[in-house]
Amino acid sequence: MSLPMTAPDTELDLWLSQQTEKSLLRFLTCGSVDDGKSTLIGRLLYDSQLVLDDQLASLKKESRNRMVGDEGIDFSLLVDGLTAEREQGITIDVAYRFFSTDKRKFIVADTPGHEQYTRNMATGASNADLALVLVDARKGVLTQTRRHSFILSLIGVKHVVVVVNKIDLVNYDQAVFDRIVAEYRQFAEPLGFKTLETIPVSALRGDNMLAPSANTPWYKGSALVPYLETIDIAEDRSSQKFRFPVQWVNRPNLDFRGFSGTVASGAISVRDEVLIASSRKPAQISRIVTMDGDLQTAIAGQAVTLVLDREVDLSRGDVLTLPGETPEYSNQFQARLVWMNDEPAYPGRSYLLKIGAQLVPATITDLKFRTNVNTLEQTAATKIDLNEVATVTIATDKPIAFDAYRSNALTGGFILIDRLSNATLAAGTIEFGLRRAQNLTYQSFDVNRDVRAAMKGQTPQIVWFTGLSGSGKSSIANLLEKRLTAEGRHAYILDGDNVRHGLNKDLGFTEAARVENIRRVAEVARLMADAGLIVLVSFISPFEKERRLAREIAGDISFTEVYVDTPLEVCEARDPKGLYKRARAGEIKNFTGIDSPFEPPTNAELVLHGAEQEPVVLADELHAWLKL
Amino acid sequence: MSAPSLTHLQILEAESIEILREVAASFERPVMMYSIGKDSSVLLHLARKAFYPSKIPFPLLHVDTTFKFREMISFRDRMAEQFGFDLIRHTNPDGIRDGINPFDHGSSRYTDIMKTQALRQALNAGRYDAAIGGARRDEEKSRAKERIFSHRNASHAWDPKNQRPELWRVFNTRLNPGESMRVFPISNWTELDVWTYIYSEGIELPSLYFAKPRPVVERSGTLIMVDDERLPLGPGETPREEMVRFRTLGCYPLTGAIRSSAADLPSIIMEMQASRTSEREGRLIDSDSAGSMEKKKQEGYF
Ligand SMILES: Nc1nc2c(ncn2[C@@H]2O[C@H](COP(=O)(O)OP(=O)(O)OP(=O)(O)O)[C@@H](O)[C@H]2O)c(=O)[nH]1
Ligand SMILES: [Mg+2]
Repeated sequence: MSLPMTAPDTELDLWLSQQTEKSLLRFLTCGSVDDGKSTLIGRLLYDSQLVLDDQLASLKKESRNRMVGDEGIDFSLLVDGLTAEREQGITIDVAYRFFSTDKRKFIVADTPGHEQYTRNMATGASNADLALVLVDARKGVLTQTRRHSFILSLIGVKHVVVVVNKIDLVNYDQAVFDRIVAEYRQFAEPLGFKTLETIPVSALRGDNMLAPSANTPWYKGSALVPYLETIDIAEDRSSQKFRFPVQWVNRPNLDFRGFSGTVASGAISVRDEVLIASSRKPAQISRIVTMDGDLQTAIAGQAVTLVLDREVDLSRGDVLTLPGETPEYSNQFQARLVWMNDEPAYPGRSYLLKIGAQLVPATITDLKFRTNVNTLEQTAATKIDLNEVATVTIATDKPIAFDAYRSNALTGGFILIDRLSNATLAAGTIEFGLRRAQNLTYQSFDVNRDVRAAMKGQTPQIVWFTGLSGSGKSSIANLLEKRLTAEGRHAYILDGDNVRHGLNKDLGFTEAARVENIRRVAEVARLMADAGLIVLVSFISPFEKERRLAREIAGDISFTEVYVDTPLEVCEARDPKGLYKRARAGEIKNFTGIDSPFEPPTNAELVLHGAEQEPVVLADELHAWLKL
Repeated sequence: MSAPSLTHLQILEAESIEILREVAASFERPVMMYSIGKDSSVLLHLARKAFYPSKIPFPLLHVDTTFKFREMISFRDRMAEQFGFDLIRHTNPDGIRDGINPFDHGSSRYTDIMKTQALRQALNAGRYDAAIGGARRDEEKSRAKERIFSHRNASHAWDPKNQRPELWRVFNTRLNPGESMRVFPISNWTELDVWTYIYSEGIELPSLYFAKPRPVVERSGTLIMVDDERLPLGPGETPREEMVRFRTLGCYPLTGAIRSSAADLPSIIMEMQASRTSEREGRLIDSDSAGSMEKKKQEGYF
């Protein structure tokens, strides 16, 4: 079948070109709970005739026993799409809705007012050009109104409309409107919005929504929709500095190697010189490839594949820039965080940080202050709780390319991810890099065991296995190491095999050499734990004195003595390396259990019975016991 | 000359391509759902664009319920041939064994076994960690609430009350063992965007979308096409030819046709402009109850 398409259809083509000329405005509604955000969006959809007949029918049915306007509809039901939302009459998560007028297309994010779901409001704000901040005329500016406004400024939403809603419930009183407007303007002054408009409306009744209402003759400004249709939000991202985060290396065959990504800002043309932000290596653009044919120039927002004139080391996460316009490249910066998780943030903890296509481990190195969302006051803090906003310094495991969020949202906004649950914990906006001028801060940041441990996301410690040869120490240690590694932790085994052959190869088996052997192993274990590792030491260590020495050397590092208690008969029957046989034959002297004693530990933290359970069960038991 | 800027459709296209590339770069075993409809056709087109000149770096999965329109199957195979993508077909073997069909077992039981469970089987068998779908937020009210990268637990369930925040275009693609992601690259497209894109890009669609005389029976106000002899006819019920087309494609016994004379894209777009009903109206499975889509999604439906 070929594509059914009639000869040029002038009516359609005309209509299409009108559609093409329409600009797109992305906005969100926010503000305190029950201020009427969802109702307002529902009303907009209804008034722009987007509520279709089949939806309208079920809507009317559902609106019974609810607060309705003249149309007999609870408009919030149009957007509150989750069962839980309809049951509770509140919004829980963002609803994205679409409508268009003759002048513009709109993508609206209707966000929840409830404090518990602030993160969802931030989600809706992050891609918006403009915000409608709703205020209930009866209640005025509330904490949540302020919190949302502050988050808007932090996320960089530049245009705000304060919608004083439910004006019908205060008898369309101008004094109420004026008072709220004055209070809001005073609060928002330091937030630096580019435009700030204020409109009295009744979302439920439709006043000042599409056209000026006769109920508010004192209001001389524009109605809401005409305002949204005409406000100038244009931001010429194409004239900013060129940034191209490499998303995917495009390698169909040996003859083609391209770098796919979206131009975040600026523009690039064939034959332009570019620089790789990390290595500062130059290259020239030889082609800009798309399936619709090569381009001469690509501008901000276009998804393309760039081909360079030479072989360079370039992969996902790298950023291409122009010489003289390079972004920051550093592993330290100051940023603002909106914390989105029940578990608070603490300095020293390690997280994953994603910015553009770069994903790196990162640590909050300093919590400078927390900002009170009500007063915008900055106060000292030791942690960041859910829905709080704080200013911090962050260190990443390796340098990343970035810009200040203020100058480029796409290369200056990041998220923090939990290393174990993989939950998204925070939204962050970079203020500035700490590199040259701010070297002081770099030095004042102490690299200590806690910091290193936090970067690894684990509690460094020494697990000391003692027990007869063949008792199962190494098998258990190996299984534990595997499991820890699979969990993303960093562990290392020290045992006779890897220590005797190198570090301790000068030592024999005399009493003194034995003690020295243990001392060295314990010191190495301590250093490794100090570096942040979980160290598993698997040594027969038959004497109480030796084990005490190891524990003393560990000092303040957590030390777990694990006695793998397997009867001699069992060990001898296993005899994996044939050592018992040789000892019995007198070929090996001083062999523990045969002609040298084993002093069973009296104060081991954990005893594992090696004859009764499989090593894998014992490893699990130990894993459960350890504080990781 | 004014500053160059992108049109609405160019912006949507670029965003979708970015999402598709992010999937290819971040997951080990992605798969793209291919349901042969217009949204899938757009998705396929976008995927070709995203990776060009490479081939689409993941397979396409079609869950065949055995009751798809016959033309859909031939169209699917032709597309796979033409664009050289790796096509995986899956039908629930239990459903075949038990002869599950929408007539004897009811639409919801049939959908559960032949679609939801079949999908879970296919995703588990392929150990896919990301499944790309063509759902749009304007389709249905619970879809309007879903993230672009939508997390699923080990039993493929969606937890609508506890979605990950999704900021800017920085997507958290991290998963724990057994978990997976559903990814919706055309979340922000409307039905009209899809049609105008199809028109301007010249994307080929199954002819079922275009009006022509087809044998139909009318059942409680819905026009059902008699696509093969498996549709049981009631006493006195005889198929008659009517000029109809489909706004969405699914299983023929569950997909209502609309009376229309729109036989080409321009007429469809113009007709849509005047339409006063939603596209999902034609899908019998969605109208079961108010929260029915949300419930299905919690069970793992796409
Ligand atoms: N009288 C009157 N009532 C209104 C108006 N706008 C909203 N309401 C009512 O206020 C209540 C809350 O409206 P919603 O739209 O659910 O509020 P919301 O801001 O979306 O609430 P959350 O999303 O949960 O924060 C509903 O009962 C509405 O009918 C208005 O302009 N006038
Ligand atoms: Mg709401």
